[in-house]
Amino acid sequence: MFPTPIQKTAPWVRIGYQLLLPIALLIWLFPLLGVAVTSVRPASDLAAGNYFGMPTYFAGFENYLAVFRDSPIGWYILNSFKITIPTVIGAVALSCLSGFALATYKFKANLWIFFLFVAGNFVPFQILMVPVRDLSVRTGLYDTVTGLVLFHTAFQAGFCTLFMRNFIKALPFALIESARVEGVSEWKIFWYIVLPLMRPAIAALSVLIFTFVWNDYFWATVLVQGQDAMPVTAGLYSLNGQWVAAWHLVSAGAIIAALPPVLMFFLMQRHFIAGLTLGATKG
Amino acid sequence: MATTATVPASVPTSSFWKRNQRELAPWLFLAPGMLMFAVYVVIPIFQSVWISFHDWDGLGTPQWIGMANYAELWTDDNFYTSLKNNLIWLVMYMLAVPAGLAVALFLNQTVVGIRLYKSLFFFPFVISQVVVGLIFTWFYAPNFGLLSGVIKALTGSNVAILANDQLATYGIIAAGLWPQIAYCMILFLTGLNNISADQVEAARIDGAKGWGMFWNIILPQLAPATFIAVVVTVIGALRSFDLVSIMTDGGPYGSTRVLSYYMYEKALSEYGYRMGYGASIAVVLFLIMMVFITYFVVRLLGQERDA
Repeated sequence: MFPTPIQKTAPWVRIGYQLLLPIALLIWLFPLLGVAVTSVRPASDLAAGNYFGMPTYFAGFENYLAVFRDSPIGWYILNSFKITIPTVIGAVALSCLSGFALATYKFKANLWIFFLFVAGNFVPFQILMVPVRDLSVRTGLYDTVTGLVLFHTAFQAGFCTLFMRNFIKALPFALIESARVEGVSEWKIFWYIVLPLMRPAIAALSVLIFTFVWNDYFWATVLVQGQDAMPVTAGLYSLNGQWVAAWHLVSAGAIIAALPPVLMFFLMQRHFIAGLTLGATKG
Repeated sequence: MATTATVPASVPTSSFWKRNQRELAPWLFLAPGMLMFAVYVVIPIFQSVWISFHDWDGLGTPQWIGMANYAELWTDDNFYTSLKNNLIWLVMYMLAVPAGLAVALFLNQTVVGIRLYKSLFFFPFVISQVVVGLIFTWFYAPNFGLLSGVIKALTGSNVAILANDQLATYGIIAAGLWPQIAYCMILFLTGLNNISADQVEAARIDGAKGWGMFWNIILPQLAPATFIAVVVTVIGALRSFDLVSIMTDGGPYGSTRVLSYYMYEKALSEYGYRMGYGASIAVVLFLIMMVFITYFVVRLLGQERDA
């Protein structure tokens, strides 16, 4: 293990390390803590210039209530879910199929198709922006939840395919070979043999895609105009324009918007990190 | 998915199907994903290139104007400002790699509660860039922001970071580094976790320690993690849009624009719907990105050949 395990060092190093950990964390999360405190600060504190001290009383309830009551943030959150959940299902389903194809069949174009998915995943969004927006306008999908879902599904399919293909490649190939010898059809091999083994990959991808799509802001501004289909990221931006200097409300809104992916991360931490660090150990 | 209907199970067992199942199956499995990817990713790239040779407001008939958009870019000061800022982003963002490694080394211990510490250090990556942008806007805000409070206490003067055209870009990059360092950290923690314990012990017996150990034994084994950290950081730097839009809207006086933001501004904002000109900016950004993408893919190809 590197660095040297702290247990093998002098006592003063050990104690120093234990003290340093919470201090370092506090500094690291300093901006976030500031916002969290501001979100429970009463408006009167801000008016009186009490920006940094203890809030005079706990106003979390009234601030958060005000955000939900006076702004459409509840609606934005609902839209975010309506965009994110179908995208996760769609992208994972598509990539199970394409990942299986690229991992188990040898054919000439295999590597090229794989690289197309990988490379497409890295392109700047702006090179897609004008044609995708135009396509959405022409097909009546502009400013709809469906329009966003379709785009996100297609785009995320690139990363998901890379992920699934590498995962299936690592499975024992003998399993598939012996099924083929038995005369099992290709679809049944996929459905009954490979798919059940892909559960960890499906879980990891689902959490990751949920977070990526929930946090998307660019496409929400390009493909959506009004409140109807607006997700919480773009919604928060427009609310920020309305709540000029009402930092207690902005802070509460920011925390509400951040909560779902944060909960997702803490509940599914192992899967999340397994997905994100794919490839960090080999290759 | 409706697409599953096209897949082998529903096909009647004809002799043709039996003979060719192995050749056809991959294409049937690939069809839905490739179709979606082609419509929304691959074809739009070519369409953007095509549009960049036109004058188009997004509604009427596009007018072919050849290289005129690119000629205009050549003399557009705002374009150079954006390009310069992209370069600053790229260079400064690279700090995330060593910084992430440093945090990972700091946290790679087994003490009580370390798992929670690791998660909390990773936290900034999970939250949306919109929220990160708002947090830092507040953090930097003159008079009542936490950072300007600290600066005022130390120097006695007020600095409005995001309103200062010399500092604003760096202020935004610092905000972007926060989640990016967290991302690199988690990559390196995984890398450190998989380091061969035998090699480390053997090196220790041979008297390697500290810097020499790190440089000669640890860092080479972290090569895959480093590569991925560099990839995601380059992509992240060139994709920077959210933070610029949230924190400054490209201001003050356009000094924080980057190519991705300038493109959006030209094509879709109140400055007019110049789709052709916007597309030409996007093409330039795409070509810059292609340099990196090609490098990544060639490296990947090498690995696949070895495997």
